[in-house]
Amino acid sequence: MADEIKTLSSQLAQDPDSLVFLRLGELLRQKGNLDTAHRVALTGLERHPHLPDAHDLYARILADKHDYERAFDEWDMALRIAPDHVGALKGLAFLYFKVGDVQQAAAHLEAAQRAAPDDPGVAQALAMARGGGPGATEAGVGASGTEALTAPEPIAPAAQPLEEARVFAGLEGAQEGLLLLDASGRVLGGALKDPSGRNVTEAVAAYLAGVSQEAARTVKLLSLGKWTGLAAEGDLGHVHLAPPTGDALLLVVRDRAVPMGRLAIIAQRAALAARRWLEAHA
Amino acid sequence: MTAPAAAYGKALDLITRVRGVRGAMLVSAEDGIVVAEQLMEGIKGPAVSALAASLATRLRRAMEAAGVGASLFWHLQAEHGALLVVPTPAGTLVVAVAEPDVNVGLVRLELLRAAEVVG
Repeated sequence: MADEIKTLSSQLAQDPDSLVFLRLGELLRQKGNLDTAHRVALTGLERHPHLPDAHDLYARILADKHDYERAFDEWDMALRIAPDHVGALKGLAFLYFKVGDVQQAAAHLEAAQRAAPDDPGVAQALAMARGGGPGATEAGVGASGTEALTAPEPIAPAAQPLEEARVFAGLEGAQEGLLLLDASGRVLGGALKDPSGRNVTEAVAAYLAGVSQEAARTVKLLSLGKWTGLAAEGDLGHVHLAPPTGDALLLVVRDRAVPMGRLAIIAQRAALAARRWLEAHA
Repeated sequence: MTAPAAAYGKALDLITRVRGVRGAMLVSAEDGIVVAEQLMEGIKGPAVSALAASLATRLRRAMEAAGVGASLFWHLQAEHGALLVVPTPAGTLVVAVAEPDVNVGLVRLELLRAAEVVG
């Protein structure tokens, strides 16, 4: 592998527009050299932004780095370019599986199977996902192309319902920047830490009690329909509040490096996960 | 409040000239009382200002507790419009009521400029 990496690196240096970055990035990823793989994939993606395989490669590296939100974006982009891209379908199935959405995982695997009916990994993963058997991820839910995607952490068996602690499972910042509260400000899931690493979950929750009702009253008074979100910009960070259901309140906190628009996307995804969790626990 | 009353009208003009803005207000953050307003007919200024001030207080406390610092701008989004607010260091809220398709970035800039005028 080391020789091949050397050869491909040399080829890429000679011809930066070459597609060998795909193979090189994948080999580096498999070797666990994620930072270099990340650089190779990103450079390749800049030169080939409409190549679905480039987005797929980048997504796999991001997934290995536990950056699941951006991995989701990249696989989603690959599918927008090539709706039958098997690697992206498997990748999204893997991410859905991670958050416990077996139905969506199976739907993506079914689409992958239609695109690649002879892929034994897809068939096996699909069978296991449908049956709820253990080991579905190792069998191919997380695989991309012909090579298995290393599952970065243990994944719940398919038939097992979401655990309470996993309300934001798979989402970036689940234990430091995402919080789900009920109408009284009681914590339902997630956690919050300030920039010094201190747990501030309870304090923030207490201040936010009643915000959902007040936001609802304000927009009602203005005849603006239902409130859908509250984005706030601070000196040191940004926050986004959203109502996943009528009474509950979701809080997402990120530092100022995360633009407000991106924060809104993160909040949408977290709200979806929270809604599913709330419905499952109703 | 450090600016003369004439400056309030100028500050509100900055905001209401943006397309899609239905009105603007200057509100005392402490008690939710309207200091100055330019609102389209039908908008209940005093009630909205009271709720906006209350929301601003809760948000400020929550943001400080979360370690993200003081609130510089916030944006309450709804199905058919939005409320956009910039708190000033002197304790005034510069508030805009807007249509759903308003240019939020532009309103934010004008709110910040108005906040400088108001002080």
